[in-house]
Amino acid sequence: MSATTSAVPPATTRGGPPRPPGDTPGRPGAPARRAVRRRRRIAAVFLFPALLLLGALVAYPIVFSVIRSMYDASGDTFVGVGNYTTMFQDPATLRAIRNSAVWVVFAPALLTGLGLVLAVLTEKIRWKTAFKLLMFMPMAISFLAAGIIFRLAYEQDPQRGVLNAVTVGIHDSVQGESVSFPTAKARLGDKRLTKRPDGGYRTARSAAPGHTVNLGLVGVAPKDMPHAARPAAAAAASPAGHGELRGVVYLDFTPGGGGKPGVVDRGERGLPKLAVEAVDSHGKVAATATTGADGSYRLTGLAPGPYAVQLPAKDFAPPYEGIAWLGPTLITPAIIGAYMWIWTGFALVLIGAGLSSMPRDVLEAARMDGANEWQVFHRITVPLLGPVLGVVFVTMVINVMKVFDLVYIIAPGPVQQDANVLALQMWLVSFGGGNNQGLGSALGVLLLLLVVPAMALNIRRFRRSQK
Amino acid sequence: MTTVQGSAVRRRRAAARPAKRLSRTVIQLFLLVVGLIWLTPAAGLFLSSLRTEEANASSGWWTALSAPSRLSLDNYAALLKDSGIVQAFWNTVLISVPTTLAVVVIAALAGYAFAWMDFPGRDWVFLVVVAMLVVPVQIGLLPVAKLFGALGLFGSIPGVILFHTAYGLPFAIFLLRNYFAEIPKEMLEAARMDGGGEWRIFSQLILPLGRPAIASLAIFQFLWVWNDMLVALLFADNESQPLTVALQSQMRQFGSNIGVLAPGAFLSLIVPLIVFFAFQRHFVQGIMAGSVK
Repeated sequence: MSATTSAVPPATTRGGPPRPPGDTPGRPGAPARRAVRRRRRIAAVFLFPALLLLGALVAYPIVFSVIRSMYDASGDTFVGVGNYTTMFQDPATLRAIRNSAVWVVFAPALLTGLGLVLAVLTEKIRWKTAFKLLMFMPMAISFLAAGIIFRLAYEQDPQRGVLNAVTVGIHDSVQGESVSFPTAKARLGDKRLTKRPDGGYRTARSAAPGHTVNLGLVGVAPKDMPHAARPAAAAAASPAGHGELRGVVYLDFTPGGGGKPGVVDRGERGLPKLAVEAVDSHGKVAATATTGADGSYRLTGLAPGPYAVQLPAKDFAPPYEGIAWLGPTLITPAIIGAYMWIWTGFALVLIGAGLSSMPRDVLEAARMDGANEWQVFHRITVPLLGPVLGVVFVTMVINVMKVFDLVYIIAPGPVQQDANVLALQMWLVSFGGGNNQGLGSALGVLLLLLVVPAMALNIRRFRRSQK
Repeated sequence: MTTVQGSAVRRRRAAARPAKRLSRTVIQLFLLVVGLIWLTPAAGLFLSSLRTEEANASSGWWTALSAPSRLSLDNYAALLKDSGIVQAFWNTVLISVPTTLAVVVIAALAGYAFAWMDFPGRDWVFLVVVAMLVVPVQIGLLPVAKLFGALGLFGSIPGVILFHTAYGLPFAIFLLRNYFAEIPKEMLEAARMDGGGEWRIFSQLILPLGRPAIASLAIFQFLWVWNDMLVALLFADNESQPLTVALQSQMRQFGSNIGVLAPGAFLSLIVPLIVFFAFQRHFVQGIMAGSVK
């Protein structure tokens, strides 16, 4: 290699091209000019693949989209800003914009807040590394996998979705476990039971205390029968004592056939845990009881007189099924929940790093001066963490505006429109059946415009770091 | 800190000890609950992937905890016999590995040029790259689809790779250029004095010194492409689709497809998890640095 090229200083020095020794300043010689050309050629070779790809697949599409967004769906007619005004009139797009706004307002703030609280608390435990690792793990997996995970967790059926299993469990422990047979009914043509307007049943004829009243129902599928249900025949025959009405509530259906309607046959099982009421002639409930495993009940403490036996409406009410997480009202909060499952670890680790680089002695001094933990937290920790919290918040805002996969995966078909967001609407309009590439391009440009502030922020931050 | 102050602190701490220990227990319990909440949904899907279709249809996955012997790998065995899924898995590999290599090589070349070569307009071109950091991929979908259609790349693996590479480059160049710029000037000058050409300096000095940044970048880029669904949803066809796209098409009948979706999701996330545990440090750094995208 010649002496001229070996004397090349690093490119960051701004002093112009290098001068070989003995060359007059201001009039570079032929070898130096050759060297400059040669260096530029090398630089071009190093940059070529990157600039080609960025130019063809990033820069050109931006220009193309801006132009395309000013034409109609077919691309033949120039409509100016028509697509941009349509955007705010088309109900589906408007809803997507509204939902995206909900995302931007709630998700970044919730994530930053939760990350901050967890980061501060994590500082105080020994297994913080393990905890951070666990919380960060969802960052590794795809939105698709996370979407499948949460689609299952949010299933409406409490037998499948863990969230509703917990919700129903809490509901039942607060309200008391209610057992009901929503499908049960009196046998067609059964004259002994009359249906009440509220859905319950009452015996047509009254009985005086000391009698046995058996109530036969049909319409409970074998799979819906509780395992605890026992044969009712024995209890059905036992006589009632003074001041009481007793009997069984049973399923008037003999498995395998052969039973007689209206009779408690051998093998017919009682309906357990049902409420039974005695109603006096004024229509007032005089006594209540709950059926046992064999369907038997005892209504005691009854004064003499005629009573009707009643199965109240709640015996036939559909059971509490939990919350419709994937229904139209809750779908967006539900998806934001899944999003938080993924991103909280990010906020936690970033804020945690900020915390551990904080001056310990400031916190210690404040504690020495008698500040309690809350004062230390919101007077010192939070202000000092300001820049880190800002970075987390801004990062989340940028990410949330582009959210697509999670909504696409978690929202079931019928509620997709209720969960719609900008990026999804852009997809649906352009490719998912809408086939309006004019409006689709306009939505793409809108997405780009929304991240322009972040773009400016990046550029300013970079230029400042270079000075 | 002097011993006097130290002991004062210790005394004060001792006075507050019982209260502190109580609050520490409360904190530990709280974080334990949070950890459990975070683990539960994923554990649910994992257990579901080991249960039969009938079991999943009739009862919750948590019932399997009391009868773990009923769990089996049958769903996975069936999945691995499904040629479509296996093909999709290999497509995912064939898309993400070359993309990662391409992004690293192209960005390292450009990063070195931006950091250490002098050419007119360098700073302005680099600012454009910085501006491209946050450009959403959505803006590229339609125009590039048309472009690829004309070039015959639409629906093919090379098309998906090209798109991913282009949209991975701004961040990759930004990261590597900044890292390379930190390399001491003297080292480069010495290498140039010794008569090293740019290629040799690049391959024998810059690349080895830049290894930590390159590792973080490679991991981030690999995961980003491995986990992508949106780009492949448009640019891949039935033959070239990755696992994410193959699985999402089953979401429509979610209830009856858990037997495929649950093990499929685990097949797709096992690779990222291995990367996560094998390269924790690089991984966290890569995600942190790349999250601005």
